[in-house]
Order: sequence, then structure tokens, then C-alpha cells
Amino acid sequence: MLLGALVLAPAASAGWFLPESAGAPNADAIRTLYILIALLGLVIFIGVEGLMIYSLFKFRARKGRVAAQIHGNTQLEIGWTVGAAAILIFLTVFTFLLLDDIKNPAVSQIDAEGNPVAASATFAALDQPAPPEGSEAMTIKVVGEQYAWSYFYPTEEGETRVFAYNDMYVPVGMTIILDVQAKDVAHSWWIPPLGGKADAIPGYTNKTWFQIPLDALEEGQDRVIYEGQCAELCGRNHADMLARVIGLPYDDWVAWRDEKAQEIKAAQEEAAAQRERIQASEGGE
Amino acid sequence: MEAGTATARPQIIAHEVDRPRRGWVSWLTTTDHKKIGILYLLTVLVFFVIGGVEALLMRIQLGVPENTFLTPEKYNEIFTLHGTTMVFLVIVPVWAGFANYFLPLMIGARDVAFPRLNAWSYWMFLFGGLALYGSLFFTPPEAGWFSYVPLSLKEYTPSNGQEAWIYMVHLTGLSSILGAINFIATIHNMRAPGMGWGRMPLFVWTILIYAYLIILALTSLAATVTMLLLDRNFGTNFFDPSEGGSALLWQHLFWFFGHPEVYILVLPAFGVFSEILPVFARKPIFGYKAIAAATAGIAFLGMLVWAHHMFATPMSTVVLAFFMLSSFLIAVPTGVKIFNWVATLWRGTVEFRVPLLFCVGGIGTFLMGGITGIFLAVFPVDWQLTDTYFVVAHFHYTAFGASAFAMVAALYYWFPKMTGRLMSEGLGKISFWLFLVGFHLTFLIQHSAGLDGMPRRIYEYAESAGWSEMNLISSIGAFVLALSILLTIINVVRSLKRGPIAGPDPWKANTLEWFTTSPPPENNFDVVPRVRSVEPMKDIRRQIERQTGVPQRFEAGKPMVNA
Repeated sequence: MLLGALVLAPAASAGWFLPESAGAPNADAIRTLYILIALLGLVIFIGVEGLMIYSLFKFRARKGRVAAQIHGNTQLEIGWTVGAAAILIFLTVFTFLLLDDIKNPAVSQIDAEGNPVAASATFAALDQPAPPEGSEAMTIKVVGEQYAWSYFYPTEEGETRVFAYNDMYVPVGMTIILDVQAKDVAHSWWIPPLGGKADAIPGYTNKTWFQIPLDALEEGQDRVIYEGQCAELCGRNHADMLARVIGLPYDDWVAWRDEKAQEIKAAQEEAAAQRERIQASEGGE
Repeated sequence: MEAGTATARPQIIAHEVDRPRRGWVSWLTTTDHKKIGILYLLTVLVFFVIGGVEALLMRIQLGVPENTFLTPEKYNEIFTLHGTTMVFLVIVPVWAGFANYFLPLMIGARDVAFPRLNAWSYWMFLFGGLALYGSLFFTPPEAGWFSYVPLSLKEYTPSNGQEAWIYMVHLTGLSSILGAINFIATIHNMRAPGMGWGRMPLFVWTILIYAYLIILALTSLAATVTMLLLDRNFGTNFFDPSEGGSALLWQHLFWFFGHPEVYILVLPAFGVFSEILPVFARKPIFGYKAIAAATAGIAFLGMLVWAHHMFATPMSTVVLAFFMLSSFLIAVPTGVKIFNWVATLWRGTVEFRVPLLFCVGGIGTFLMGGITGIFLAVFPVDWQLTDTYFVVAHFHYTAFGASAFAMVAALYYWFPKMTGRLMSEGLGKISFWLFLVGFHLTFLIQHSAGLDGMPRRIYEYAESAGWSEMNLISSIGAFVLALSILLTIINVVRSLKRGPIAGPDPWKANTLEWFTTSPPPENNFDVVPRVRSVEPMKDIRRQIERQTGVPQRFEAGKPMVNA
């Protein structure tokens, strides 16, 4: 029954038995791997605990019973050593089969104009994930500092750099590559339904990625929101270092970006003007 | 010396024998391994209670969402003290305590190799603990027991609590290293005649490996925390990335100590299981050589898995894969041990006494921690699980499941030897069931909290996060566990005066500590018997039976002692 529950548990009740998913494809792959280990673990658990409890009661002391004076059995020893090793070899192979899906970014489901593209295979990349060639992807720089996350969006020559705090707006369907950094102490970027953690260590750039599937946006919804928080102790307010990823349809996202760029530009111009005024008034004295 | 006399022979001439000291002064000046062992165990008990109270404070804070019982500052201080206390001031020294008392007895020695060094080890341990808790009067450390940089650097943690932590690590570390040298010298040189490596009790085997691991791991930690001390106070910048240092260097160095440390905590617990199971199953240990070899194998592999604590940091796939595989490999010798313990029960006649209950409870619990360890060893899965309550649950299943269960099992098993009196079985059994239920109530649900996204070391969480029920269950479990420990402490105090007289060998056990009186005299043994097997006491009982005709054998189903 537990077995069935593990396999069939719907995403909604995933929290009690399984890692969160139903967000990015990497989170789904991790979940598949988790289920496999859980099944193996369950078999080992039931087998060993069952045998132990059985031996305890079957062989409990009673009048007249004599314990068998056995010192060991070499064949049995070799048997379970090899058996344990075999299970682990199987797990290793399975992990590497799934690793590509987890570590390497998937192809975007949309192109540069926001139009859906046909699904295709993922492209393998070595070590540090890089966007598959020919696919549209966006790289966002994520910087952790006590106690906030800031995001820096890609920008072209001459344009204003768009940045935001705590809420990361992204277009659904697009593969997002994250360059995770830290300003002060170590932090850890984690939005559970969008995949695993990436520690933000000062002096290093850690890479991870996610993709909100196009179908995550249900009919009538204008956005989809995923929540997470810092996962590495970063000081007294570690618990309050929250983050959200907000998926928008591509056009809405473009509108958000342009508006943000305008705001930032206006604020920068205002600041520049203020600086000039201050300089002028200082010069006047 | 006159010429022509017989060849010179070494002679010992006692000009004056010190009068035996009495009262509390004798405890301050003692170099007797048994007294030092008791000092260790009593000190550990005090720190265990303090660390337990800290755990309860955290569970009160997390019992309900958005609680304001503790400030964020206090919460961070308390989990730092809890982790540090349980690792450095409870589980490492508890094995030093039991080993101090029983290792010489089990190998038929009259004391450890260096009794004065032994006393020094104890006093350094005590003062290390006092140094840490002295910080309560100023500002306690708050960067966690792992003190990751840059958070633990002066810029982010300016208080001297961090220095108190470093000072504690140095003192207890030196204490453990000297203690380890002492155990190694004792085991290599002072075994009873006939006790070859293949006849040494398995608890002694695990203490030997524990001692070697301490020398490898704690010396490394001493260097690491010295670098932190220099960074904080003398501007060396080993760990400051803005000055060319590396924040990851600390993590590598810390876990290079930290993972062998896990086995330092747990191997002697395996030794306790391997001693107690055969006694209460009335059957020889199954696969003695395999268990001893597995101990060495675990220790060796344990030196090669440290980076599995750091899977979420920037690392290449090759490194990730290496540490996944090495962590997998450890499961093999660990599995071998568990299979051997189960096989020891098989076709035995199992006596359900309190020490046995704590052993099987511990093995069953530890197995679950081992299985969750496989999840964490698979690095992509670890990316989801690391730094969540899943990990908190995992290492409590291993460290508490093995070490704390074994600790209490050892207490019930060896208390009669140390005091001459048995502990109450009834109270012990109630304590065991509360311990088992309380433990699983506290920690099983934490796996779910972690899977549901609850990170570690957060002082509060929002109601909307959906973790409220899980945390309430966990907090209730913690109090059940505390009640169980309270009952065992009451049992200890009561049994000191009122426990039934144990006699030298109440369990009809296998090893030499049961050859002498309970409690043993200061010199342990007037005569050290020749050892012919792994179970010398069984041989001795057989011999007595042959010579006197009085049955010495244990009979299944008959009460063991007049308890």
C-alpha cells in the first residue's frame, strides 16, 4: 500500500513523501530518481527490519531452548557483500542515465519572439551547464546578500540594465540559466518546485537552471508563482530571506521588463540630476 | 655495586607508599582509569542534559508558526550550542568515558598505558566545555557548529563567542588526541596473554579505529580552526575571498574532519551493539572477522567522502560523481555489520533485557538513517534535500539512532560493573519504549518537512508554508524523548542505593571485565587469565563447571539474576 502511495501520490500531496516538483523538468527528473531510491530503500527496510523483528520473537528465550553456537558463514558474508554492492551499482547507472535531464538545461519551449517551438531532445553539455546551441535561453545573475536576493537581467549595449529584488519575473517556457553569486556570506538559492539548490558562495559563480513549462499557466491565469527561501545559514534573519519566481506569458514579461527599464532609467536620471544640483550648489558656495 | 654478584635485575623498591586518598580530593587527583571514566561519564551526562534542554527550546520555538518565544539571535546561539555540545561534549567523550573504564578491563590490563596523560585528557575536556559555556556570560557563538566562513569571520560575527568556540575545539580536540594516543598504546601493548588481534573484543576493535580516526581528523580540525582564529584576529585572510582567500576552503577542511567525525561518533556504538547482542542472544557474534574488517573499511572510506556535505557548492561533475560513489561504497561494510547483527540473533535464545532492547532499537533506527543516507549520496537528489529538515532527520537517525541508543544500552549493560548494582528493569523498559516512540515521533516527520521545502536553521516559518502540523508533532515527540531520558536518570540515581546487588557477572557475559568484582578493585585483576578465544569468560565458566561440578552455564528462560 505504501508502495502504491509512493508511486501514485499526486503532486498536491507530494510534500509528505516526495520532493516537490510539477515545476521545472529538472525537478521532475530528481523526483523520478527519488522514487526509484525510495522503492529500493523500502525493500531493504522491510527485509532487514522484518528479519530482525522476526528473529527477536521467533528465537526469544524459553525454558529448555539452547542457542545454536554458530560463529559465521563465509558464503553468506560474501553473498550479502556482493548483493549490497550490486544494488549500488544499479543505482549509480540509473543516476547517470537521469543526470543529463537534471544537470543540462533543456531546450526552450519558446523562441526569441515568444512563439512556441516543437519539443526536441536535450543537448548534453559538459560540467557547467550551458544553454543548448540554437535554443533561446536567458541568463540571469542571482546575487545573495544578507537578507535579500537580487536579479540582474541580460542587457544589450546601450540599454539600461534591468534588475529586481526577491521577485524574479521570467517568461514561461523559456530556459533560464542562473549565475548564482553572493555578496557577503554564503547563501543557497532554492525554489523547491524548480529544482535543486545552488549554493551562493562569495568569490564563486555557481550555475543552475530551470524552465517553467508552458502548460504551467492554466487557462485564465495570468501568472504562476513559485516560492522558496535561502537554504544556507546566513545570519540572524536567515529565515526571512524569501524568494519568489513569477512566470508570465512572454508578452507580459516583455511589458514588465520594459516598464522596469523605464523606472530604472528614470530613477537613474533623477539621481544624476540630484548629483548635479548638489555639485552646483556646493560649487556656488 | 660489588663485582662478582649475580647479574643485575631490575628491582622496584618502594620507599614509601602513598596513602590512598579519600573523598572529593581523590577525584581531583586520580589517575585511575575507572575513576576517570566515571568523571567523563558524569560530565557527559551534564552536557547531555544541557544539550537536550537546548533541543527542547528549539522545538518549543518551532512548535507553532511565527513563534516569538526566542529571538533570531537566541535561536542561532542555541542551535550552535546544541550541535557543538552534542558532538564535542557528549558523543565523542562518552566513548572516551566508556573506553576509559572498560577498555583496560576488557583486555585484562591494570590501567591505561599513560595514566597521568589520561587524567590530563579529562581535565582538558572539562575545561573545553567550560570555555564554551563560559561564553553564556558574554555572547555565545552563533554561526552554527560548522561555523561556515564568511559568516564566522569577524566582519559578520564580531562577538567573542566564536573565539570561545575555537578555544573549546582546541581543548577538547587536544584532549581527544591525547586520549586516542593513550588508547592506541594501551591496546597495542597491554592485552592479556593469549589475546591476539583475532581474540580482541569488538568494542576494543572499534575504540582502536576510533582512536586512529581521532588522530587523523581532529589534528586537521585543530589546524583549520587555528586558521579561523588567525583570520579573525590577525588579518591572515585564508578564507576571505575579497583578499584572495577562499570561502570553500573552510568547507573542504571542515568536512575533511567532519565526516570522519561521524564515524568517530558511531563506530564505538557499533562496538557496543557487537558486545551486547551476543550476550543477550546467548550466541557467539556472527562473523567476528567480517565485523572487525568492516570497522576498518568504514573508517578508511570515511576519510574519502567529505565533499558529499557540499554537493550544492560549485563543483565539477567528476568531483560530484567521485564523492557519490565513495559514499555508496560505505554502505557496503555498514550493511555487512547490520546483516551480521541480525544473523547473531538468528537461532539464538533472545533475552529481552533493557540493554538488548536499546541495541535492537538502535540498529533498527540506524538502518533507517542508512537508507536515507543513500538518497543524500545521490547528488542530484541531494540538491533537493541538502540543508533541509530531511538532513536533520537523517543524521539524527544515524547519530542518535546508533550513538545515543548505544550509549543508553551501554549504561544499562555496564552500570552493574561500575557500581555493583543493577538498574531497574521495569523503569528501564518504560524508558526504552518512550525513547523509541519519542525519537521516531520527533524525527520521522522531519523527513516530510524537508521534502516539503523546510530549510534547516530557520527560527520561524509562516503559517502559509504548511509546516505547522509536522512541527507540532515533532515538538511533542521531543518532550516524550526528554521524559524517557529523565526516567533513565532517575533509574541511575535510585539504583545507586537501591538496585539489586549484581555480583561479578550478572549477565553471564563473554568478556574479561566480568572476571573481576563489581566494582573492580583499583588494580582491576590480581590474576590475569590466559585468553583462548573471543569469549574468555565462557571458557572460564566452563572450566569452573568442570572443576567444581557446579553448573555455571546460562539457562534460557531462567531469570538471569535475582533482580
